[in-house]
Amino acid sequence: MQNIWTIARREYKVYFNSPIAYVISLLILIVLGIMFALNIFFFAQNASQNYGSAPDISMITGPFAFILVLSLPALTMRLVSEEHRMGTMELLLTAPLRDWELVVGKWLGSFLFMLTLIGFTLLFPIILNFMVNPGIDQGLMMSAYLGIILVSAAFLGIGVGISAMFTNQFAAFFATLITFVVLWWMIGFPAEVLPAGAEVFRYLDMKTHFYDTLNAGVINLSDIIYFLSLTALGLFTGSISIESRRWR
Amino acid sequence: MIRVTELTKDYGPRRAVDHITFEAQQGEILGFLGPNGAGKTTTMRVLAGYMPPTLGEAQVAGYDVVDESLEVRRRVGYLPETVPLYPDMTVFDYLKFMADLRHLPDAEDRVDDALEMVGMENRSEGYISNLSKGMRQRVGLAQALLHKPEVLILDEPTIGLDPAQVVDVRNLIREIGKERTVLLSTHILSEAQQLCDRVLIINKGCIVAEDTPDNLRGRLAGAERVMLRVRGEADELPGQIKKIPGVQGVKLLSDDTIEFQFAPGQDVRPAVAKTIVKAGYDLLELRQVGMSLEEIFLELTRDSTVSEE
Repeated sequence: MQNIWTIARREYKVYFNSPIAYVISLLILIVLGIMFALNIFFFAQNASQNYGSAPDISMITGPFAFILVLSLPALTMRLVSEEHRMGTMELLLTAPLRDWELVVGKWLGSFLFMLTLIGFTLLFPIILNFMVNPGIDQGLMMSAYLGIILVSAAFLGIGVGISAMFTNQFAAFFATLITFVVLWWMIGFPAEVLPAGAEVFRYLDMKTHFYDTLNAGVINLSDIIYFLSLTALGLFTGSISIESRRWR
Repeated sequence: MIRVTELTKDYGPRRAVDHITFEAQQGEILGFLGPNGAGKTTTMRVLAGYMPPTLGEAQVAGYDVVDESLEVRRRVGYLPETVPLYPDMTVFDYLKFMADLRHLPDAEDRVDDALEMVGMENRSEGYISNLSKGMRQRVGLAQALLHKPEVLILDEPTIGLDPAQVVDVRNLIREIGKERTVLLSTHILSEAQQLCDRVLIINKGCIVAEDTPDNLRGRLAGAERVMLRVRGEADELPGQIKKIPGVQGVKLLSDDTIEFQFAPGQDVRPAVAKTIVKAGYDLLELRQVGMSLEEIFLELTRDSTVSEE
């Protein structure tokens, strides 16, 4: 446990020295800010047709999840691949540290960074809370944010796993991006056309676990298990990948 | 303590290390000598727990490198060939990170101690990216010394250092080698000669010789070699020296310098000196030249090199 924490702490600090992490954070906050402003503006314009309903926070968390698909590969790409490139992998693999502790530590560092970024976005619900009467739906907000946190955890887990397979971080970036795009948009397609077995693909479809339930204020244990399983799968792949390198 | 039995490591179809067996005791500095690509780094990586061997066994500090890898890694200090450093960290943060990974209870004191040992105590707040090659090498060495390891494995520890630093690092290694086991690789033969209690010469994955540096020289030299120098031109001297019984292999090295050999035990030097003086030359120098470790090394590694080409 101490090893995981040591690795995670270093990784977390590295993000604050990394231009890419700042660019991604800025991008996320700006895009969400624009979405927020536009939503409020149009809502106010059409106030007469809203029949007393109020905007809710899913207008932020919805696009947020979409941005995560495209931006998180840039945050995970270097996590393990950079160690290979710099030769520091030799240092870590000869330190008294288990391979999985290294992978989990890397993931935890990136996850803590994402939690920090997600923390900043709490500004939007706070502002919204002042704008609508009698305040926003707290339950929906909790559920949607839990969704964002779970989606981030899963993406980061998969990202670390893929990063461990590459020595080139750009190769890791594209492989991660493709994986995310498949999991988020494409894996559900077969469910529409297949006569049988559609359930499997529907279950694997990542976006339905977020948009249909968590982002709509419904917390199902099955969704939580789905995201946690993906996280674990990514971390497991990463550990195996590092272990297998030793034998080559 | 290091004990290696029939260790073999393949990279795909290529055999990097081929059934090597050796031991290193506590309080011993063992030198690993060989040309590039001989299998030095591979062997060291196996011993440091970086990768398992294909065949054979290795024990370091009493633990098996495969089955008890973590125990081995706790007790080994390892400096890889390319010094693994994080350029975006300060020297202190980097060493503190490594000390934390090793669960050292008094991490900050250990970092200070290690920095003092390598003479870097005044650079601890600097970023590693700003350090020179020699300083990086020393930071890497400090990393290997942090936990006062029982066994120290150093892959080319003095590479990239300036001459003064080389002397410092060698003294440091000698000091450590008094109590612990040190395995160091080098292709600088004088370094092995000065530093090591015992030398393993490795070529193409096999150990070709193993002995103390002095014995290696003695064993392989075969004949005693002598160099002599006279005033003026010595063109006719070789013919006369050749006639002295016991003298072999007379060579004119330059106008005034001659080299010859004699079998150990029958010292022909007085006879040679008399002959030269009698012939009317002024003898300026008569000196025994031992076979250097360089020559031994070339001798041992030449055959296989030639046969490959």
